[in-house]
Amino acid sequence: MEDYGFVPCKRFEMKLFGYGAKEQDLRTPFEKATLPHLDAAYNLARWLVRNEHDAEDLVQEAYLRALKFFGGFHGVNARTWLLAIVRNTCYTWLKENRAHSSMTPFDEELHGSAEQVTNQELQLLQNANAAQVKEALEKLPMEFREVIVLREMEGFSYKEIAQMANMPMGTVMSRLARARKCLQELLSHRFTKKEV
Amino acid sequence: MDCKELHELFSGYLDHELDPVRSLEVEQHLNDCVICSEKLKVQQALSNIVAGTALYHTAPAALEERVRARLRRVDAKAQKSFPIRWQWLAYAASIAFVFLLGWMIGQSRLSLWSDSSLTQELASSHVRSLMPGHLTDVLSTDQHTVKPWFTGKLDFSPPVKDLSAQGFPLIGGRIDYVNHKTVAVLVYKRHQHIINLYLWSSPDAAKKEPGVAMLQGYNMIGWVDSGVIYHAVSDLNGTELREFVSLLEKQE
Repeated sequence: MEDYGFVPCKRFEMKLFGYGAKEQDLRTPFEKATLPHLDAAYNLARWLVRNEHDAEDLVQEAYLRALKFFGGFHGVNARTWLLAIVRNTCYTWLKENRAHSSMTPFDEELHGSAEQVTNQELQLLQNANAAQVKEALEKLPMEFREVIVLREMEGFSYKEIAQMANMPMGTVMSRLARARKCLQELLSHRFTKKEV
Repeated sequence: MDCKELHELFSGYLDHELDPVRSLEVEQHLNDCVICSEKLKVQQALSNIVAGTALYHTAPAALEERVRARLRRVDAKAQKSFPIRWQWLAYAASIAFVFLLGWMIGQSRLSLWSDSSLTQELASSHVRSLMPGHLTDVLSTDQHTVKPWFTGKLDFSPPVKDLSAQGFPLIGGRIDYVNHKTVAVLVYKRHQHIINLYLWSSPDAAKKEPGVAMLQGYNMIGWVDSGVIYHAVSDLNGTELREFVSLLEKQE
């Protein structure tokens, strides 16, 4: 076959030869790479901004941003790449829209004080249900919420989280430890209050 | 390892992110310390709840369609801004091409030349003749010197005319090879312009009125008369070259 140095548009070719019936075949390479991770993108945005409507808007914005940078994406893991963009989009938005509530300087020592949990509290914690955990997680500082979502819900490794959030792996580990501790404290605090 | 130390490594151990040595240390401590192993169980349970479906926010069904629609809109915009301009360029180019083609056909109708390779060959020959030492084999303004010079070199005797009185002095002649045959070339001059007049015999050729052509900025006029095919080539303007041709015809 002769090479005319001319690459026909796939989409056009499919229409031309009547292959256009299958919706999936018409997906652009960008859509193929990123749309499977829509749930992960939405889940992260939803947990960061804690609001359905804003989360939807931010996911859309993040996808548009990602499309712009897709030419520069040569990596293997589209999920890590996409979620890093979602994360940045959310942070930018939060900085602009919720200056007071979320941007108080984050102090890991303050939030992560290694107070010993008593035996009684442990017992109570073991009986916590999903709704209670959800409520407690929503109350966590954003930086804690973020690492818990990325690690526990999305199953990212420390290395991947470090790349996404642009911080050292050691920080990921210590932040996660404090985030878990903080979550436990919030839960046990709630129980002890109720029990008393 | 004490409980405080373990607290730092707890998460790493749970997530299987510790190196084997550290991991073993943690395990040993957990064997010895009831409180810590209890804490580990609690954390494990918590982690399981967090990782469960109850806390996961799945994207609303309509979101994928909305995202896709917005991506398509951006795509469409990008496609509009560039290819359309190219399309117009393509249209303009094809219109220009049609005009050019029409002009070329018109030109070729006006002229005698059915054969564009001949005009090309004549133009090349004319340019070559202008290079130093190529113009003339016999240098003479006298037609009675030029004409006999061709004898024995060609299969016909070219008519040589003197037009110096009309401002087209003969400066010489030469033998050239054009159109797969040896031809006579008479060299005339008009001011500083050289006119090459190519002649060859073609006894069967019917008489043809002069037709013009232009190539690479050179004007050409061709005609057939008395079994001789003439082609005048020059950088002279068309009007003066036609005058030159009509003078030649008159003299015959």
